[in-house]
Amino acid sequence: MYKLVFSLALSSVLLSAPMTVLAEASPNLGNTAMETDEVFQAFGGKTGLVNIMDDFMINLVNDPRTKPYFDNEKQTYIKAMLVEQMCELLNGGCRYPGRDMKSSHTGLNINRAAFNALVEDFQLAMDKHQVPFRAQNKLLAKLAPMYRMIEEK
Amino acid sequence: MAHSLPSLGFKLKHAVLLACLAASSSVIADTSLSNKLLLTGGVSQVEGAAGGGLTPWAVIGGYGTNDEIGANVHYTYAKTGDYKLDSYGVTVGFYDRVELSIAEQKFDIGNLRNKVTAGLGADVIGRDTLDQTIIGAKVRVLGEAVLDADSWLPQVAVGLQYKRNHDDRFIKSAVIGAKSSDGVDLYVAATKLFLSQSLLVNSTLRFTKANQFGLLGFGGDRHDNYQPQLELSAAYLLSKNIAIGAEYRMKPNNLRSPANAALFGGQKVVDLDEEDAFDLFVAYAPTKHVSLTLAYVNLGNIATVAPVGANYGTQDGVYASAQFGF
Repeated sequence: MYKLVFSLALSSVLLSAPMTVLAEASPNLGNTAMETDEVFQAFGGKTGLVNIMDDFMINLVNDPRTKPYFDNEKQTYIKAMLVEQMCELLNGGCRYPGRDMKSSHTGLNINRAAFNALVEDFQLAMDKHQVPFRAQNKLLAKLAPMYRMIEEK
Repeated sequence: MAHSLPSLGFKLKHAVLLACLAASSSVIADTSLSNKLLLTGGVSQVEGAAGGGLTPWAVIGGYGTNDEIGANVHYTYAKTGDYKLDSYGVTVGFYDRVELSIAEQKFDIGNLRNKVTAGLGADVIGRDTLDQTIIGAKVRVLGEAVLDADSWLPQVAVGLQYKRNHDDRFIKSAVIGAKSSDGVDLYVAATKLFLSQSLLVNSTLRFTKANQFGLLGFGGDRHDNYQPQLELSAAYLLSKNIAIGAEYRMKPNNLRSPANAALFGGQKVVDLDEEDAFDLFVAYAPTKHVSLTLAYVNLGNIATVAPVGANYGTQDGVYASAQFGF
């Protein structure tokens, strides 16, 4: 019995360890990170995120609704930032080093139509990489409220 | 007043149709449309508002965002044990803020008519269908049902449905005893998508005098006052384009056939007791231009006249609806 309690206590310390490390979230993340890395695993970890963001960017540039915002020399940088941001939101042990959601979108005049178009392009990329629908929605629930910082009209 | 109402209804109907046409043509000239996320405009509920099958939701119909206009047409068919309902209409959403709709309902009571005619030797009903026109308006007051995933705050809308029944002589006759052939339902709806749970819930409070949605008129010998009725929906998203769910809609119980006291010594020969409705549905949107809804629906008792062999009781069956738009 004593042993069981001890091992339970130990395992809870071990399990909560990554959370403790991440408790100090990046100031510019835009939302709180998830409490476990379950959804991160459903995305195929960091490799999965890198592959998804590659296809996501292709979709964004091919979509006339989002092309004006992404068809430029910053693609590689944006993809790298998105991977870090998603990875941290998914509690995947990353730290997003980028700018905050408000200043990074200032002056782009993003409206709801463009915001939703980006969501659709992201869904297509996640579908292509077989991210389960429920896991997709868990990440989208972290991203969707950012419309308040991103949209300007 | 009584004379001005039909013409008001007529004018309103045309004003709404004109507004719908104007909206459609202005959108054709516009490059941006249909940028709301799939299924987030709901489907057309039975009275023409955007919502589930039975209940209006706080969402604005069509796929227009805050600087777009969206619109759709719908056709709905419901078949219960002894009755049928055909409904079609137009719903237009303006800037994700205001929704206007118009719907025509045709409720087939031919089966009951035949039984009553055979049983009494007189064609007391005198028509195969009961028809009504419903003009609806809805305004989103606050909230963002889909994107505010970090808050419990729902999207809230207020709406009204002006209903004009076209069979006023029959529904006001001693068989039914409705007090009025037209009425206005007022409602407030709150809709919330719990995105991380893939679950949408809606709650609507409606103030109404309508009997069987208005198909049997408004008010009756039992009650002739506005009563609050609760309507609840829950939908689980199986994928981007398929949702399954259930709905419950309270209905008032206003009617008591005056014929029972006048002709049958107080026996409940004509049973118009109204019961609550519920449905179980699946909605499928292969694209933003099409959505299809299939449901099991239970409307409770509508009109049972057991002595003539119309021992109908609970009316349940299939509900199918198709919607086309942008």
